[in-house]
Amino acid sequence: MAEELLLAILLTSVPLILAATGELVAEKSGVLNLGVEGMMLMGAVAAFGVASLTGSPYLGILGGGLAGLLISLIFAVFVLGLATNQVATGLALTIFGTGLSGLIGAPLVGQSIDGLPSLIIPWISDIPMIGAFFRLDFLAYLSVILVGLTAYVLNYTQFGLVLRAVGINHDSAHALGYPVLRVRFMAVLFGGFMAGLGGGYLPLVLTPHWAEGMTSGRGWIALALVVFASWQPWRVTAGAILFGGITIMQLVGQARGWAVPSQFLSMLPYFATITVLVLISRGGRIQFGAPAHLGKNFLITR
Amino acid sequence: MIILQRRKDIPTYLTIAVPIISILITVLAGGIIFALLGYPPLDALYEFFIAPLSRPDQVGNLLVKACPLIIISTGLIFCFRANVWNIGAEGQLILGAMGAGWVALSFPEAESRFMIIAMAVMAMLAGALWGAIPGLLKVRFKTNEILVSLMLTYIAIFLVDWTVRSPWRDPLAFGFPLTKAYPDAGLIPVMSLPGIGRLGQLHWGVPVAFLVAICGWFYLTRSLGGYQIKLMGDAPRAGRFAGFHQGRVTMFVMMVSGALAGLAGMIEVSANIGMLQPQISFGYGFTAIIVAFLARLNPLAAIAAGLVVALAELGGDTAQISMRIPKVVTGIFNGILLFMLLAGETLTHYRIVWVGVTEKASINKTSIKKDEASHG
Repeated sequence: MAEELLLAILLTSVPLILAATGELVAEKSGVLNLGVEGMMLMGAVAAFGVASLTGSPYLGILGGGLAGLLISLIFAVFVLGLATNQVATGLALTIFGTGLSGLIGAPLVGQSIDGLPSLIIPWISDIPMIGAFFRLDFLAYLSVILVGLTAYVLNYTQFGLVLRAVGINHDSAHALGYPVLRVRFMAVLFGGFMAGLGGGYLPLVLTPHWAEGMTSGRGWIALALVVFASWQPWRVTAGAILFGGITIMQLVGQARGWAVPSQFLSMLPYFATITVLVLISRGGRIQFGAPAHLGKNFLITR
Repeated sequence: MIILQRRKDIPTYLTIAVPIISILITVLAGGIIFALLGYPPLDALYEFFIAPLSRPDQVGNLLVKACPLIIISTGLIFCFRANVWNIGAEGQLILGAMGAGWVALSFPEAESRFMIIAMAVMAMLAGALWGAIPGLLKVRFKTNEILVSLMLTYIAIFLVDWTVRSPWRDPLAFGFPLTKAYPDAGLIPVMSLPGIGRLGQLHWGVPVAFLVAICGWFYLTRSLGGYQIKLMGDAPRAGRFAGFHQGRVTMFVMMVSGALAGLAGMIEVSANIGMLQPQISFGYGFTAIIVAFLARLNPLAAIAAGLVVALAELGGDTAQISMRIPKVVTGIFNGILLFMLLAGETLTHYRIVWVGVTEKASINKTSIKKDEASHG
């Protein structure tokens, strides 16, 4: 029973891990993209559509990621090319993505697909409790690899150093000859790809259907998670599992008829986010690794 | 390579042309998307933008749809001018509706005409309180108001869901999650226009919305308080030297926008629904953000902008029925419109210039400091 719960928590946390890691990279480069919810929805509808058309959930993964990447391209062009306000552009992306995914998904409502199968690793998966970590699907394993790769590139490569420098002070980075806009462009597209994968995980693994707005706020939780994790990839993973735990706890509470109304349990992740936001804000932002130029636009002008 | 060159002065024609061109491009782009996805584009555009106005009574319904958008966006304009990003108006609207509902359900026998005023006051208090939370956390702990106000929206949705299913549920509602109907004194009546009579569902909340926008415009453009808000948004450092208090401005704009969103929630319920139910708003709190931008942060223009956006909303309803397109599709138009307006904002302030490679060396670089929206 406890092991089943752990497995459920891990599965719930995967979309958050993917989307939040992507957003983390964009934010580290100084770009705040509030369009995560819209990119996840586009990823979800594309992943479901591709999997439904081709019958292959693995192609669905690719479809989800590419859809997220394509729609983040719009954001990149406006914010980086035209230096539009990042907050408002991100909102526009979420509104647009919610609408477009609804239109694309309209004929898909009511259909069902074969989701990603669990890839059980023999021997290890039989170990009590720990075994749950080795009964996941391809995309869940991939998400761990992607987090590791992100942490490595950000912290131990020259590209990561440049990316962080661009996020801390784009004027200095530009003066040193680094291509500020090109670095940010790649970071935003990576964020879109990851959000698309995260959105795709919902129909491919969690519920094998498409429903409009099926991400139900996960994109916003992913955004909060980046702050929660103070811009560290592995902490994002830990935070996502914590949030997954709260979600599952609420479902368990409902099933067992706890005295607390289910709506209050549903509020928990949002309360937790606010609490964490307050706690980390108190300590000042610099020691938490917040990119100093986050949300500020860079513009070549004269 | 292409660079942006700052304009010395902004031509007047651009400030008018940008919203109009944005709307035209939005309609065009929306049509192209419908065509690409295999829907007849002209039919779809007809359903969205012309069919809603094919009958005279629909003008009344358009005004009714625009009513909450105008009220909420007026409040949001206070925030956005002060560079405070309240995007939780949806939650503040819900709390307002609940506050008014509490009054209406507590006095089921009430017949006084002060009932409706008491409900409006309670709605504004509840909305202002919900808006004050992200404001207070921002002032006190520098917590990001975008995320907090949004999280509070989700909490508000679950809160109203719980109240109409448990403590406030009408035992005679056959298990439906509905409260008792409000007493007549708690309802906003339909307007009867002289010579015309009733015009669709046009109610007395609509003139209130116009009044709110006019008062908001007056405050923001003709008073010291309004100047203070603008200064704190554009140049907080200068504002501090002038002796203005940033925290007080933040609290004020958050509470004003929360109160107005709450008022909009009360009007929505008292004029159109007559009782509380799980779903009160249909994303008005988010759509109002677009109205605020379309109005270029001017409350008077928000009346016209509210009507334009309401047309697409109304069109979403007709298209859902006649073409079986989900209601969320209106978001395509709303999203593109916001993109276009933002691009227009840049093109108003900058000129796009193409420079050859030899000239590259003379290019300076600067960063735009006015887009200061960041975490924490």
